[in-house]
Amino acid sequence: MSTTELYDITLTVNDREVRGRIQAETSLLDFLRDNDYTEVKRGCDKGDCGACTVIMDGRAILSCITLALQADGRKVYTVKSLGSWDRLHPLQQAFVDYEALQCGFCTPGMLMTAKALLDQNPHPTREEIREAISGNLCRCTGYVKIVDAIEAVAKGEYR
Amino acid sequence: MSKQSTESERFSVIGTRMPGLDEKDKVLGNVVFAEDFTLPGMLYGKVFRATRASARITKLDLSKARALPGVACVLTAADVPHNESVKNVVGQTTEVGLLEAKHQVLARERVRYWGEAIALVAAESPDIAREALKLIEVEYENLPAVFDPEEAMKPEAPKIHGNNNVIASWKLRKGDAAKGFQQADVIVENTYRTPRQEHAHIEPESGVAWIDDMGVINVRYAAQVIEHYRDIATVLGLPDSRVRVIGTLIGGGFGGKEDVTVEVFLALLAWKTGRPVSLTFTREEMGYGRHKRHPYVLKYRTGATRDGKLVAMQAEIISDAGAYVYLSPWVLIYSTVHSTGPYLIPNVEVDAYSVLTNNIMTSAFRGFGGMQMVVAYEAQMDELARKLGMDPLELRRKNFLKKGDVTASYQEITSEVWLEKCAQEALKALGPRSKGSRTLKVGRGFACCWQSYGRMTYLHDTSNCWVNLELDGSAVVRSGIPDLGGGQRESLRDIVAEVLGLKVEEVHVISTDSQVTPPAGTVTATRALYMSGNAAKLAAENVRKIIVDKAAQVLGVPADTLALRDKTVYSTTDPKKKMPLTEAIKHCHFEGIIPQSLATFRAPFTEPITSDLIKDPVFPDFTFGAQAAEVAVDVETGEVTVLKWASAYDVGQAINLNRVEGQIEGGAAQGIGFGIMEDYIEVGGVPWTWNFHDYIIPTSKDIPDIKSIVLESGSGKGPFGAKGIGEPSISAAGPAVASAIADAIGKRVTHLPVTAERIYFALQEG
Repeated sequence: MSTTELYDITLTVNDREVRGRIQAETSLLDFLRDNDYTEVKRGCDKGDCGACTVIMDGRAILSCITLALQADGRKVYTVKSLGSWDRLHPLQQAFVDYEALQCGFCTPGMLMTAKALLDQNPHPTREEIREAISGNLCRCTGYVKIVDAIEAVAKGEYR
Repeated sequence: MSKQSTESERFSVIGTRMPGLDEKDKVLGNVVFAEDFTLPGMLYGKVFRATRASARITKLDLSKARALPGVACVLTAADVPHNESVKNVVGQTTEVGLLEAKHQVLARERVRYWGEAIALVAAESPDIAREALKLIEVEYENLPAVFDPEEAMKPEAPKIHGNNNVIASWKLRKGDAAKGFQQADVIVENTYRTPRQEHAHIEPESGVAWIDDMGVINVRYAAQVIEHYRDIATVLGLPDSRVRVIGTLIGGGFGGKEDVTVEVFLALLAWKTGRPVSLTFTREEMGYGRHKRHPYVLKYRTGATRDGKLVAMQAEIISDAGAYVYLSPWVLIYSTVHSTGPYLIPNVEVDAYSVLTNNIMTSAFRGFGGMQMVVAYEAQMDELARKLGMDPLELRRKNFLKKGDVTASYQEITSEVWLEKCAQEALKALGPRSKGSRTLKVGRGFACCWQSYGRMTYLHDTSNCWVNLELDGSAVVRSGIPDLGGGQRESLRDIVAEVLGLKVEEVHVISTDSQVTPPAGTVTATRALYMSGNAAKLAAENVRKIIVDKAAQVLGVPADTLALRDKTVYSTTDPKKKMPLTEAIKHCHFEGIIPQSLATFRAPFTEPITSDLIKDPVFPDFTFGAQAAEVAVDVETGEVTVLKWASAYDVGQAINLNRVEGQIEGGAAQGIGFGIMEDYIEVGGVPWTWNFHDYIIPTSKDIPDIKSIVLESGSGKGPFGAKGIGEPSISAAGPAVASAIADAIGKRVTHLPVTAERIYFALQEG
């Protein structure tokens, strides 16, 4: 509560326009969660764990250390933009098939990092996958099945 | 990812790769985790914490915080009806007496560790609650403090509670250790130290509490132990029946959500304000406000004959319990029983102590006192082998416990011990040795372990499960068991589907609600599959009997000739005699018989431990396994790269292979963190590593492609012969990587984690 001045912002989240009146220091994570995008997870609030990863203008970003103001006028995508119950996104289907998750708390962020990777580099090596997701901490799996799942999509198993 | 099985073929569901129960909702972002849940009019709670490790509170002024607009309440110890929750921890030494401070809700007058909770705030928004914390005025007068458990054992040390900082001690005595050492041709003596590991689950402790229209306090939170409704009731002075815990799907726990975390704070704030309250620990608070893994000092002396037979083992084991007792005495029992390793040693003398200090409290964490022992007993085996010029596996092979052997805690091993096979398979799976260079030294090591599954038998553990068949032949399962993400409730689906001949999609599981689901106990102690799995199997078998008996009567055939599969009851001897499952269910209903069953599984019971000498069985059974590692060590910088990894465990019987591998891989990763990276550092009681940028856990770049080898002896006490794997999967990992590093650099670092600095200094010593 260090400032009282409020700012109006307009952004699109999963292709839907969202407006808000926010303080300068409001994080994009808080803004999204306050607007019921609770699929964006708060793991550390310090930019360390990757659980809050969303895609903004084509890049995977950490929403907890991005100001909501920085998202003004931009396109933000959360994990809910990927697929639906009847039609999972290939990455989502691969995560299910390869059991690339346990508790599922890091999964929304992990999937968005993987999505941004494959958008930019559709055929990464295993090492490139490991590099790309190294900012997304997972404490349950040991990462092996996550790398397997992303690699399966990269190799075209889920066209 | 290999699996060697002799039995699985007889099952249709068990032992296969079943799709996860919650996975689709998890990848879609649909799961309502603890912090995602909101209610109208909800307040936000925050905790005010001490910034002294040992001090008297001389002033606590809440007036400014209470006056801040939007603050609903500020509570201190004076507002808590029953601030201390005291539990008699069975088996305490008489010298120490009944423990008087297992847990305290809020500090009263004195704080004993940096981060101890002093006051609670509830406000209209998280921002206002945070602002209120800043307006709380506190002054302290520092008191003497002690941070080293060995110092804390001395008579002149400042006392944390009562008159003795040693809050538990346990002993093993078998044969005559002094005489045993006389027979030894080689003796190895070393002191090992293990780190204060942080659970570091990605989801912080979190929940929401509210009072419903029946006056019941509901707490929906990430709970490994929904039975904490009783603790909440005790603190508030309410009947147990007035508190309901609704467990969420948990975003990781590993024992971090086993002790009381947010639930009592939430209930107090909701009770005092009459409004729904949400409270989530910050990542920092998870660091300094919640228990850690016990650091240990392990002084080991082990003797063997020239031909490699162990003749004596003597150990002094000291654990740092931190400032409050929590589960330390229990953790220490695990340490004591597991301290010998899975070896038959004729002469054993072990003395174990748990000691209070002004460090953060320590309690449950995957491996629960058993896993730290592996660090010492396996390093001792490696060092003995080196001195004897013997292959390290050959030395172990000569001494492994076998089925029918009796441990130094006087417990007969009643299941198979496949340690040799596990170690061989893990080592084989490493494949050809990687090449090193002048500065990059490659080394290999392995470790074997045993780890109990199921709670200590004197706790008289039980688990309940209710199963029924709907008219359409689908099944509903009700069990209180929480799901940590390991598939704990999912395994009940698989078991019931197997018994009732259904597809897994035809079984629905309702779990983890203390007023709706039959009590199933905790998700701790690698007991969930063992206990709730057995209960689900019993209940499903009872339901199956109802169906089969009725079908036998209608078809006019003996019940024992009938089978139930693919929703059909059919005769195994006469193909014409069969009936759809739904028909059998209808016949039951016509006669007022409901195909349902509430079953209780009871673990074997033993009498409470009455002395500090452990001389009776403590655990239902043990899981045995081995892990093997290949590392490269940069001898100029001390940096370690884990190149290859293999873990082999006899899980008795896999229920869902995906889930077994998940545990094995995750356990290895967490154990590698314990072995080479993780330590929650406190200096003079002040925490230094409360964020993920200070407290480094393994990333995807630190963990190689782990090979999981699943062996199935079928000899476990769980459903279908399963053993537990949750905790065993971590136990050998740290010691395996430490052993590989020792092989690479020709020196053993005995203080875990084996960091670059420790390797560098070990190499400097020449």
